[in-house]
This record gives sequence, structure tokens and C-alpha cells, in this order.
Amino acid sequence: WEACVHSNEAKAEGRAELIPSIKLRHCCLLRNQRCLTAYLYDRLLRMRALRWEYGSVLPANVRFHMCAEEVQWFSQYKKSLASFMRSLGGGEGLDLTQDMKPPKSLYIEVRCLKDHGEFEIDDGTVILLKKNSQHFLPRWKCEQLIRQGVLEHVVS
Amino acid sequence: MSDALSADGSDVNQDDTQEDVMTPAELIAKLEEAWLNEKFSPELLENKSEVVECVMEQLSHMEANLQRVKKGDAKASIHRMEIDRIRFVLSSYLRARLQKIEKFFPHVLEREKSRGEGDPSLLSPEEFAFAKEYYANTETYLKAIALKRMPPNLQTVDMLKAVPEPCLDSFVFLRVKEKQENILVEPETDDQREYVVDLEEGSQHLMRYRTIAPLVSIGAVQLI
Repeated sequence: WEACVHSNEAKAEGRAELIPSIKLRHCCLLRNQRCLTAYLYDRLLRMRALRWEYGSVLPANVRFHMCAEEVQWFSQYKKSLASFMRSLGGGEGLDLTQDMKPPKSLYIEVRCLKDHGEFEIDDGTVILLKKNSQHFLPRWKCEQLIRQGVLEHVVS
Repeated sequence: MSDALSADGSDVNQDDTQEDVMTPAELIAKLEEAWLNEKFSPELLENKSEVVECVMEQLSHMEANLQRVKKGDAKASIHRMEIDRIRFVLSSYLRARLQKIEKFFPHVLEREKSRGEGDPSLLSPEEFAFAKEYYANTETYLKAIALKRMPPNLQTVDMLKAVPEPCLDSFVFLRVKEKQENILVEPETDDQREYVVDLEEGSQHLMRYRTIAPLVSIGAVQLI
């Protein structure tokens, strides 16, 4: 539209030879705008994927690569998602970031990849997650830690 | 699976005062249908928030029943698995919807705004709020980080044009639940002419989604 305005001005002032350059410049500007927005949007999609795959608190090395507006977007997205999940089922809430895979068994064998300290399971027992230790734990408690790379599912 | 459910379901039905009560087995079957349709359809389907709410109620009843059974009982682990499976299907269904909402956000909002009074809603109120927040959040981000520094005439992005629409011409597998006659199939190439097919009950087909989209929403076919 802006190109039309400029073209009209050029015509009115009798400088019609400028019209193709105006149109070309406008196309270039539009293309640049598209490339930039595509790049920025792709970054947003990656951050969104991190929320689902990793969790709501991003590791420091990832945060280091995010600019202030991206941090702002991420925190707003987290909030939106959290209030949506809380509202499910008439206010009872359901954590959609759990149960990402169909459950095959109740308990799974896991190996600890790094020291994670103490971990409490439902019946009160406390497990010490030391590097290379193996445990037989309820699947739903381990999901998040497996995604974060703390535990590894041992398939024998 | 229906055995385990009906054992717990009888408690639920006695408390239920609704006229159109479904058995738990029927409810879960409806959830699975909605889940499969949503997974395999290229566009966002009608929202089934009543099914979602009933299933969540069902899950809390089952959890409560499970607390009453003493630990170590073999039945407890079967019920636990049951609860986990149902929760997985429900979560997967809601996640599939959220992904489509985020992927096609301007189009979804446009469809919802322009639907007629009597038409069934595409988004639950919570999903609508989420979609609006996503739109606003993304727009704010793009403006703050790039658009405000561009020349004045380029400072907006038309989201409806910028975000691609769902591809309704993608092919889907389907199973026919109710016999359908005279379904018009559009030609693929210039050489073909349009033709009609009859869909027999129980038969399975691979067709373009656009052709059978209305049949999915009325429940005459099931995407697989």
C-alpha cells in the first residue's frame, strides 16, 4: 500500500521512472520483514518446545541465550499454560506435561545419570539418587526426571 | 477393561442424578473416539468439554476408590494402570488440541469469532482465553523485538496471512460407522471427473479430509 502511495506521488510529480525502483525496494523490505519474523517465530517455537520437554524452569545455559523479550514471552506462556491446565475439569486441574507416553507398566527400572540428592516417593520412603545407582520406582514419579536427563530408563 | 470400570462405575451411577447418564464404558469409548479424531484430523475439531469433565470426575472417583483398597492388593495395581491409561488418553487429547490451537492460532480465533449463534463452539472458554493470550503474547513479542524498529509502514504483521492454514486436503484413514450414500469426491487431476461413492458400514477408506469433514463432526465416520 505504501508502495502505491509512493508510486502515485512519483506519477504526480512526473517522475514515473522511479516506480519500478519503489516497487522493488518495497518488495525487498517485505521480504526482510518476513525473514526476520520467521526467524523470531522459530525461536519462540523452540522455547515453547522446551517448556513441554524440559519443564517450566529453564537451565541457566539456555536462559543465557534468550533476550529479555523472549524471557518475557516464555514467562507469559508458562502462566497462560498453567492457568489453562488448572482450569480443566471444572477447576480441578490436570498437568498435561505429564503422561506423555502411553503407560506400559506401573514401575520402571531407572539408572541415575547424575547426583540429584534425595527423592521422596508416595509411600514416604526416601531414595538417594546418586550417580550410577539403579532403582525400581513408580513410573509417574520418574517421568519428569527422565525428561530432564537426571534418570535414564533401563530397558533390559 | 470394562470389567474394572463397571466395578467402580456402579458407585458413580448410584450418585448420579442426571437423566442422560452414560455408563463409564460408554464415556471412555466416547473419549477414545474424540481422541483419535482429534489426533488424525488436520484441523481443530469441535470441543467436547462435557466428555472431558465427565472423564475427570470419573478419574477422581476411581482415585478415591483406590485409596480405600489396602496396599499390596493385586486389584489395586490393575485399577492404578486403568487410571493411568485413561489419564494418558485424556492428556493426549487435550495436548493435541492445544498444539493445533497454537499452530493455527489466528485462524482458530477467527473461526470462533465468526461462528453463528447456534453453531457448536470450537473452543472451550478456557481454550479461547489461552488462544487469545497466545496471540497477544506473540504479537507483543514481535512488536517489541523487531517491528517497532522497522519503517512505519511495516510495523504490523497480518497474522491471518502470515500463519499457514491447516491443510484440509491431506489424506486420512477412516472407518465408516454409519452407512453413507452419494458422497461427492472432487477430482484430483484435470483428467478425472468428480464421482460419488457409497460408504458401507464397517468399511475402511483413505480419503481427502475435506470430502469427509462434515461426516466426522456428526460422528458418521471415525478417523483411524
